[in-house]
Amino acid sequence: MTWDWQVFLNDDGGGRTYLAWMMHAWGWTLSVAVCAWVVAVVTGLLVGTVRTLPSSPWLVRAGNVWVELFRNIPILVQIFLWYFVLPKIFPPLQQVPGFVLVVLALGFFTSARLAEQVRAGVQALPRGQRYAAMAMGFTTFQSYRYVILPMAFRIILPPLTSESMNLLKNSSVAFAVSIPELTMFAMQAQEETSRGIEIYLAVTGLYAASAFVVNRVFAFIEKKVQIPGFIVAGGTGGAR
Amino acid sequence: MLGLDLSFVNWDIISKFVLKGFLFSVQLTIVATIGGIFFGTLLALMRLSGRKLLMIPATFYVNGMRSIPLVMVILWVFLLMPFLIGRPIGAEWSATVTFIAFEAAYFSEIMRAGIQSIPRGQVHAGQAVGMTYSQNMRLIVLPQAFRNMLPVLLTQTIILFQDTSLVYAIGAYDLLKGFSTAGKIYGRPEEAYLLAAVVYFVICFGLSYMVKRLQMKIAIIR
Repeated sequence: MTWDWQVFLNDDGGGRTYLAWMMHAWGWTLSVAVCAWVVAVVTGLLVGTVRTLPSSPWLVRAGNVWVELFRNIPILVQIFLWYFVLPKIFPPLQQVPGFVLVVLALGFFTSARLAEQVRAGVQALPRGQRYAAMAMGFTTFQSYRYVILPMAFRIILPPLTSESMNLLKNSSVAFAVSIPELTMFAMQAQEETSRGIEIYLAVTGLYAASAFVVNRVFAFIEKKVQIPGFIVAGGTGGAR
Repeated sequence: MLGLDLSFVNWDIISKFVLKGFLFSVQLTIVATIGGIFFGTLLALMRLSGRKLLMIPATFYVNGMRSIPLVMVILWVFLLMPFLIGRPIGAEWSATVTFIAFEAAYFSEIMRAGIQSIPRGQVHAGQAVGMTYSQNMRLIVLPQAFRNMLPVLLTQTIILFQDTSLVYAIGAYDLLKGFSTAGKIYGRPEEAYLLAAVVYFVICFGLSYMVKRLQMKIAIIR
């Protein structure tokens, strides 16, 4: 077997090279991942925080339901639910582009995992922190805003790193509803060119490189926000 | 109700389409868990061996597997297996090989943490009574590591069960495929996906509840 990397310079039949197509697909992968990350972090922080509130049992329960619901259904099935089932139940959703539905599916799926980490992070704080905030006369909102969350945020950075990398990898599932991202490109280009190994190698490399960059970015943030002497930096989350 | 009609579901459909897929998903989960833990433990031992010749390839393998999407690994194996064994291979067999190879990387991280959680004194005690490395591992370290990590291993198995749905990429006939095939034939794809979601949820929620109970039990004994 011989290599044929020239395949990337071939025309894909639509006036662009396979290389250009792949870069375009990479852009889709990154867009899906970044948008879903924003959804995941916002909802994950919210749901995770709500689950630790001291005197709102119903909010805590609602948070728990959220986590169990999105954690116990495979991501592929959730994507099908968002893409096929929900628009059938709520016809207005049929106007929403598939990209948005996939972003919501991936975002909420990841948010459940993050919420679990946020809850664990908040509960890992010494009780005294909460009491200290109360003693200062802080309201619940103030104690979360100024005392608990800034500390918890630093604790959850390592798991947030690996969840972010997972999200990037999980974005590959978007191929199932024809989002033109990297995995979709890999499958189609493999079929058209029959140079599967070269195509897959390039795509795999792009995924690994993207995951590595995510890992480095978080390691950098972790170092920047570290409070000296408070939390011992536990290396870099993702690649433990 | 809500534009959905579930009346098409009956036992005939379930036994004809869904059961076959369900059995494959379960079988894949069990085989990949056993194979994954076996090879994962070997990988963990290689990484902890202190010998560069064993450490470097194992580390490379584990980190490599963990930095690419499972779907890509599924596609890779499906593409390469025919070259390696010289004849076409079914999607189901390809999926089995993939999941053992992929999960081994994740299980190895769990086993590594488990082995490292055993106090050094245990190893030294084993050495003091004259045990060889393999006796020490087999009789002292691994049983305890395995037991400490049992809840984590089972949680990983639940994730593995969810991930089996990704064999969709190569068209293997699993639980999800069973539902989607039935949905297509009876013209009710949305209802079929919804049912699939319910079935996955019930199984995974039930299993994770059991793992939680087990965790509490183990925590008390320790």
